[in-house]
Amino acid sequence: MTAEKVIKVKKLNKTFGKFIAVNNISFDVKKGEIFGFLGANGAGKTTAIKMLTGILSSTSGEATVAGYDINKQRNKLKENIGYMSQKFSLYEDLTLKENIRFYGGIYGLSNKQIKQKTNEVLERLNLQKIENTLISEIPLGWKQKIAFSVAIIHNPKIVFLDEPTSGVDPITRRQFWNLIYQATQDGITVFVTTHYMDEAEYCDRISMMVEGNIKAIGSVEQLLVKYKSKNMDEVFIKLARNNENI
Amino acid sequence: MRKILFIIQKEFKQIFRNKAMKPILFVMPFVQLAVLSYTADFTVKNINLFVQDMDNSVLSKELISKIAAFNNFNLKEISNSYKKGFYKIQQNNIDVIVSIPQNFSKNLQTNKKTEVAIIADAINGTKAGVSINYLQNIILDFTKEQASKKGFTNIKQGVNIIKRNWFNPLLNYKLFMVPGILVLLVTMIALFLSGMNIVREKEIGTIEQLNVTPIKKYQFIIGKLLPFLILGIFEFSIGLIIAVLWFKVPILGSITLIYLFTIVYLILILGIGMLISTITNTQQQALFLAWFFSVIFILMSGLFTPIESMPVWAQNITLFNPIRYYVEVIRLIMLKGSSFSSISNNFIIISFAAIFVNLLAVFNYQKTV
Amino acid sequence: MRTFKSFVSKEFKHIFRDKRTLVILFGMPIVLVVLFGFAITTEINNAQIGILNLSKDSYSVKLENKIVSSGYFKINNELQSYKQISELFSKGNVKLVVVIPDKFGKNLINNKNVNIQVITDASDPNTANILSNYLSAIIHDFSNEENIITQSNIIINTELLYNPENKSVYMFVPGVMTIILMLISAMMTSITIAREKELGTMEILLVSPLKPIIIVIGKIIPYLLLSLINAITILLLGLFVFGMPMNGSYILLGLEILLFVLSSLILGLLISTISNSQQTAMLISLMGLMLPTILLSGFIFPISSMPQILQIISHIIPAKWFIIIIKSIMLKGTGFQPIAIETYILIITTIILTAITIKKFKIRLE
Repeated sequence: MTAEKVIKVKKLNKTFGKFIAVNNISFDVKKGEIFGFLGANGAGKTTAIKMLTGILSSTSGEATVAGYDINKQRNKLKENIGYMSQKFSLYEDLTLKENIRFYGGIYGLSNKQIKQKTNEVLERLNLQKIENTLISEIPLGWKQKIAFSVAIIHNPKIVFLDEPTSGVDPITRRQFWNLIYQATQDGITVFVTTHYMDEAEYCDRISMMVEGNIKAIGSVEQLLVKYKSKNMDEVFIKLARNNENI
Repeated sequence: MRKILFIIQKEFKQIFRNKAMKPILFVMPFVQLAVLSYTADFTVKNINLFVQDMDNSVLSKELISKIAAFNNFNLKEISNSYKKGFYKIQQNNIDVIVSIPQNFSKNLQTNKKTEVAIIADAINGTKAGVSINYLQNIILDFTKEQASKKGFTNIKQGVNIIKRNWFNPLLNYKLFMVPGILVLLVTMIALFLSGMNIVREKEIGTIEQLNVTPIKKYQFIIGKLLPFLILGIFEFSIGLIIAVLWFKVPILGSITLIYLFTIVYLILILGIGMLISTITNTQQQALFLAWFFSVIFILMSGLFTPIESMPVWAQNITLFNPIRYYVEVIRLIMLKGSSFSSISNNFIIISFAAIFVNLLAVFNYQKTV
Repeated sequence: MRTFKSFVSKEFKHIFRDKRTLVILFGMPIVLVVLFGFAITTEINNAQIGILNLSKDSYSVKLENKIVSSGYFKINNELQSYKQISELFSKGNVKLVVVIPDKFGKNLINNKNVNIQVITDASDPNTANILSNYLSAIIHDFSNEENIITQSNIIINTELLYNPENKSVYMFVPGVMTIILMLISAMMTSITIAREKELGTMEILLVSPLKPIIIVIGKIIPYLLLSLINAITILLLGLFVFGMPMNGSYILLGLEILLFVLSSLILGLLISTISNSQQTAMLISLMGLMLPTILLSGFIFPISSMPQILQIISHIIPAKWFIIIIKSIMLKGTGFQPIAIETYILIITTIILTAITIKKFKIRLE
């Protein structure tokens, strides 16, 4: 029995004027998996993620996320996804608790649910002591963990993470990935972009994006075998070089 | 609806958390209202006078003391050197020179003509005009007195002008300025806060996070508008209390009507702010635009200088100035007790503008997404 | 020195990279000066008035004609009774009503007292005052022409110095130039440091070996250049669009402009150092500066008519001194001597502002 597909993308395109940011990409993501979306800076990852989260319209092609069309059913779609960007999305001048309350509120959680969720998050991250501290006074590594917890506050079907670990130390990155694993155990599908190739190994399946195209897709083992490489860095370099030759 | 409440709550927290903001919002406007309302007075007082007396006679001294006795003149110096007076005009210490010629007394007594010169610094034309007018009247009085002393009886009565100032019999400038300055302050606060708001979230990056939430555009805009609307009404109310209790400005018309109009007006101003916020990318740009419009709105509102004195094209520009309508309405209701029918035109214009601008802001916000 | 150069060039890049802002910075003063130069005046033409003529004889009609032909007034309504006056005012279009009494001409000829009533809508006392002054002058003239006033042996010669045609441009254009120059300069610098604080780049500047004074100077130089370009534009507009005369020395004027612009820029920088965000800086520089500068600089309302305490407060407004300076140089053609005091005050203000700014800046360093 094949697992339910929560993201279906068919020949998705995005052009800005003459520039093709995303070129005819197609892929599926299964429920509960961690799907890695890899590529160098400027490969079109962020553009793709923006289309899938309903902030940017696509030029052509089709895609559904959590069963909803990305262009036509945006509001339904947004209720069922979470999103965390590389840019900071918490309000620096609100406290930790206030941030959770605000985002919980605009996702339509009841006061009771918000209270319960707040306790859950504080407990999981062990941050009870600083619940009333302003975000601006909290260290970056913690902020990122909080931002992730806030992104899944409403139990979305899928959470999109756009370069979530850029700029943090390896230990924090490790802890961050533990949070991601915990989320998948609750049944949340994770769609994550990164340009750290070593992070790919945490993913169930990955896709490699080079200049707007998906060059390869599969599990880490499959890709290593297919491209006869020792690690993902090598795979990436081979794919990128391949592209130059064309 | 609940979602809107969460946005409102968040905005209020952000406003009140900013320590530097509190005095700007809750002290500065009222200090300015209390202080600046005293400034706007076109009455020409304290005219500095220099008299060049070349005659130095009893009659010339009599004329000088008559001039000096006049309330609005400060007689600074009497001298026989014109040069000295002229230098003082250059230094801005003297406004007008009165020059009494030699043989002034002798000519008058022998019933010959004599010439008195008035030299005014006319850069401030109004001041010069008024000073000359005062002096002419004083000199005329002086001649009448001299004539009656000599026993002439056919002094003509002339035309008396009786001035009546309705609605503000004592020409109390504060009655006129206080409502106007209150309007300006409320407008500036509303415009700047809303103008900086969305663009700030853009610059910090939180707007992206909001865009992926299922919140609808109208919920977002309303959630952003309401806190500032409430704040604006609060500011207005405090200002109104100061106006009534401190400046004794009467409210002859209906308070409900004042508030009704204020709410519609604030929605318009906040909409303009939101529009600025959606079309700019940085707070700096938003700031410049908000600044640009507020300077135009303020100086072309008819508050400081009359709209009637502007050239026709400039008068037409003021038709697009919301402050103009608001100042008009506040004055009509407070000072003249006008009812809704007298302000209905302004009400309709402001209402339509409010709807139009807010729709445009929502539409523009959609486009940026 | 090299670090200083690179710092200044960084500031320049910030400004010139953002083309949209640049257009705004250079475009705004032109639009504002042209707009206000024409619009800000207290001279009223074609004011709508009502006339209630109770005698309708040849004298009263003559007076009516004289009022209309002055160009200041336009008759909106010929009233029939007193009752209609309040009705007319409540509509709001008419600012003044003249009531010519019964038997106007007859009483004049018989040398009896004649009272003309001038009723103004004084809910706007400024307009009311201006209009009733115009009307008094017209009635005065009328009496003169009709030989109703006693002939006097004293002939009064009047001379209007510096402004013989009594143009209100001379009164307001220097003020408009000053206000716009000051507000734009202060606004530009008011958010520069606050911006760096908000974007987090301030920390980097603070750990760099640059001294506070160097940072302050580096921040000022690019904006000084921009402001001087603006000043030249504004000056050219004043000379060629509004026909302001230039009777004094350009060098003196240039130096005074430099001084004034510098004081405004530093004022803006001071605001920037004491605020924690761009929003705060902006609100202080706009809310705090705009109205007080417009109202307390003597730009529109004469300072000498204000209450004593406000006259004292007005001394700390740099714009007040600069308006006097610019009028003296351009209109009166004075040299340095008559405006020495004003200049010294501006210099001292600038020095004090600079000292406070650097001190505030140092506090952050510790």
